[in-house]
Amino acid sequence: MKILVCISHVPDTTTKIKFIDGKSLDTAGVQWIINPWDELALTRALELKESSNGLIDHVSVITVGGPDTEPTIRKALAIGADSAIRVNAAAGDTFFVAYQVAEAIKNSGFDIILAGIDSCDFNGSSFGSMLGEFLSITSVSSVSGVNFNGNDISVDREIDGGKEILSCPVPFVAIVQKGITKEPRIPSMRGIMTARTKPLAVVEPVACEALTEFLSFELPKHKASCRMVDPENVKELVELLRNEAKVI
Amino acid sequence: MSILIYAESREGMFKKSVFELASYAAAVAKMMNSQAIALVTGNPGQEEMKKLGNYGISKILSFYDESVKVFDSAICCQVIEAVVKKENCPLVIFQHNNTGKALAPRLSARLKAGLVTAVISLPESTKPFIVTKKVYTAKAFARVAIKTQVKILTLSQNSYMLTESKTDPAIEQFSIQLDKSQLKISVKEVQLLTGKILLTDAEIVVSGGRGMRGPENWQPIIDLAEALGAATACSRPVSDEGWRPHTEHVGQTGKIIAPNLYIACGISGAIQHMGGVGSAKVVVAINKDKDAPIFEIADYGIVGDVFKVLPELISAVKEHKAK
Ligand SMILES: Cc1cc2nc3c(=O)[nH]c(=O)nc-3n(C[C@H](O)[C@H](O)[C@H](O)COP(=O)(O)OP(=O)(O)OC[C@H]3O[C@@H](n4cnc5c(N)ncnc54)[C@H](O)[C@@H]3O)c2cc1C
Ligand SMILES: Nc1ncnc2c1ncn2[C@@H]1O[C@H](COP(=O)(O)O)[C@@H](O)[C@H]1O
Repeated sequence: MKILVCISHVPDTTTKIKFIDGKSLDTAGVQWIINPWDELALTRALELKESSNGLIDHVSVITVGGPDTEPTIRKALAIGADSAIRVNAAAGDTFFVAYQVAEAIKNSGFDIILAGIDSCDFNGSSFGSMLGEFLSITSVSSVSGVNFNGNDISVDREIDGGKEILSCPVPFVAIVQKGITKEPRIPSMRGIMTARTKPLAVVEPVACEALTEFLSFELPKHKASCRMVDPENVKELVELLRNEAKVI
Repeated sequence: MSILIYAESREGMFKKSVFELASYAAAVAKMMNSQAIALVTGNPGQEEMKKLGNYGISKILSFYDESVKVFDSAICCQVIEAVVKKENCPLVIFQHNNTGKALAPRLSARLKAGLVTAVISLPESTKPFIVTKKVYTAKAFARVAIKTQVKILTLSQNSYMLTESKTDPAIEQFSIQLDKSQLKISVKEVQLLTGKILLTDAEIVVSGGRGMRGPENWQPIIDLAEALGAATACSRPVSDEGWRPHTEHVGQTGKIIAPNLYIACGISGAIQHMGGVGSAKVVVAINKDKDAPIFEIADYGIVGDVFKVLPELISAVKEHKAK
């Protein structure tokens, strides 16, 4: 069996977000990373491969992005992915991105496809379900576990106030979130060395129009300054919450 | 032509956020000289369904089939697609929750209808159709245009006021022949946590960070939450250390919540933490360090020791509640 992990290349989560003329992200000094969910998904994919007694023999990653995303892809290879695909196009809206991934992999026979719940740039929370529809396969969202159950795969899905354990025949897309694994793996020295020689296929995009367009960006208005309450007079806080903020 | 909402019910009831969604859809319908209708798949019963009429929904389509019990996005989208076609809907709106995030994108791909998720306000214009959404983990906003005829949105929780407007909605049974060959998943087991206020539903959340120093010190957080009828939450290191269950972790890599009131106790206010709670209406911070970043985003603050402040706050709240 083969696993594919979809990877999005995003600004580091501590980035101080600024825009140029409100039109595009000011990328000066921005560190680019693998979207945190995708890093966890990749880690889980490798854990599954290692514990599968050979049942899973290949973990691949894919990203839709320009040549500037290659260091991010190489990092995924250094962490342990066996091969990578880059669809050579700037990531447009999620419809465009998911369509490109679907077209690039539709005949590749991936059994399990992992995507993150949310990318920390445009926070679309929509890629995985779109991909499932484009490929006409099941997509399961809010996934907090993918496990072996003999030769079967079971998927944990978070629901309000608990979780469901699903049996889910391959192929499927699992949209992963917290719980999928504990800590993301970091590249080892050996991983970094071998990453250079692992296959990275670059494929050209197919024709597809984005359905939405980002017109402009803005930063939130600064909150009026914090109103300080004397620690010796905690009652005042309760008064304020009741009479001024009206939240209790 | 009608604007459609997907009205999710749980155990035969709608949550308040569904009524927010209805209010929002009714307002957008007004802008588009249209009406707002709802699709209900959970079989909540006539009386509950009629409640949607209090928030401007003029017609309700009720669909029920055993196979929708196992929530599968492909199956549900068959139903929604059929309604969109039958009612000629130019706009479909979901909640931005687990269900909406599973359905809206699948429907978007199916109908080739442009989707914007996590929308926070009414469209600034409907021709062209432009809405504002959160981006960069709530650190910024973007204005986004949808270019297709049929449009899909998910609405961020707590971003639109409940607005009453009485209608007397007709309830229609809706039925279609489902292609059940698409249903591949089955539920083997359900594990429920019971008896607690759901963190993602809670209007008030009391949260503790590393400043609480250890699991043995959590009682004041629990007591304050109880006094306020609130849910409890924590920062990531707290759940990583196992001081509190993982289900309580809020932040960019945990749950994303938008309560009316968030009380942060011994939490520094790291950017990833705020990614999960930045949409709270009112933030209260209790921290002994006056320079903690949490005070930059808090509305009310107390610089002090949580172990001194919390007991006093608990008794002040109890006193207030007793009035
Ligand atoms: C990719 C990534 C994702 C992350 N995701 C999340 C996330 O989802 N959620 C999250 O919370 N974090 C997340 N983090 C971690 C985040 O960066 C911070 O490390 C974390 O939020 C800090 O938790 P804290 O505020 O509890 O602890 P600290 O930062 O240690 O703060 C403790 C605070 O308590 C105060 N304090 C101490 N003693 C007392 C006392 N007696 N009385 C009053 N105040 C006291 C201190 O002044 C201090 O401000 C993430 C980090 C990364 C890199
Ligand atoms: N450009 C991209 N290339 C490949 N996968 C992506 C890309 N953008 C997003 N994804 C995947 O989609 C997930 C959620 O992204 P989104 O729906 O954009 O919030 C990410 O965690 C990735 O798994």
